[in-house]
Amino acid sequence: MDITTLIKLTNGKLITNTKTEDIDIEFAMASDLMSDVLTLDTVNTMLITGLANLQTIRTAEMSDVHCILLARNKKSTPEMIELAEQNSIIIIESASALFKIAGILYGNGVKALF
Amino acid sequence: MMKLDYKIEGGDFTNAGHASSEVKKVLKKLNVDPKITRRVVVSLYEAEVNVVAHAYRGEIFVEISTNKIIIKLVDEGPGIHNVDQAMEEGYSTASEEVRQMGFGAGMGLANINKNTDELNIYSEVNKGTTVEMITYLDKN
Ligand SMILES: Nc1ncnc2c1ncn2[C@@H]1O[C@H](COP(=O)(O)OP(=O)(O)OP(=O)(O)O)[C@@H](O)[C@H]1O
Ligand SMILES: [Mg+2]
Repeated sequence: MDITTLIKLTNGKLITNTKTEDIDIEFAMASDLMSDVLTLDTVNTMLITGLANLQTIRTAEMSDVHCILLARNKKSTPEMIELAEQNSIIIIESASALFKIAGILYGNGVKALF
Repeated sequence: MMKLDYKIEGGDFTNAGHASSEVKKVLKKLNVDPKITRRVVVSLYEAEVNVVAHAYRGEIFVEISTNKIIIKLVDEGPGIHNVDQAMEEGYSTASEEVRQMGFGAGMGLANINKNTDELNIYSEVNKGTTVEMITYLDKN
């Protein structure tokens, strides 16, 4: 799934200036537990989370996750945005609940990991 | 051989992951296989966050040679009473503060164990912990 479609489907707002054209999402993981995210060993995987802090971005960086969707109006800080942009990571914010976002994306073909 | 050295402050969740990020950049520049790089930096990041979350301060020593990467984290802190128990998935003594940062699932050490070729943990209660992680570059 490309980022434009993803944003449209989730009623999201693109926060970062990171390039989005090269990103194609195949899998998603929804979690607020960073060690859980760090077990990922797939590529083209996005993170849907309610955890918005610098370590969310660090975790994505280490796991080669290039798209983070912050659910339920969780806001990113300027430091988070800067770190994400440095690491070619996209941040999208959405007002919808994590459950709803996950359901919509799953219904539109984004795959679960387990 | 290349040697890198970083300091870590306990409780500093703003800078946690800085060393892991630097090491990731170096490994990328050295053209290390991205899969191996991910395993190394995930392990290092988990270990780095453990020092921030559970210890007072620490230092990271990285040695990159052509056939292996050795990373050692030496911290001053409370130490680990029972290392076997700490390695179990789900065991955690993380504080509420640490949990609020997204950590404390009790999965870090198990994650490190899975992602390294060799893992050695030496710990002395009320003194500190040393975590040594070795990844071989040729047999992966
Ligand atoms: N450097 C350390 N100093 C003191 N205790 C530690 C250290 N590293 C780990 N521990 C102890 O081992 C436990 C398990 O560590 P582990 O990394 O597996 O889980 P966690 O840090 O609690 O949670 P998670 O890593 O999933 O965020 C910790 O809760 C803590 O009690
Ligand atoms: Mg941990």
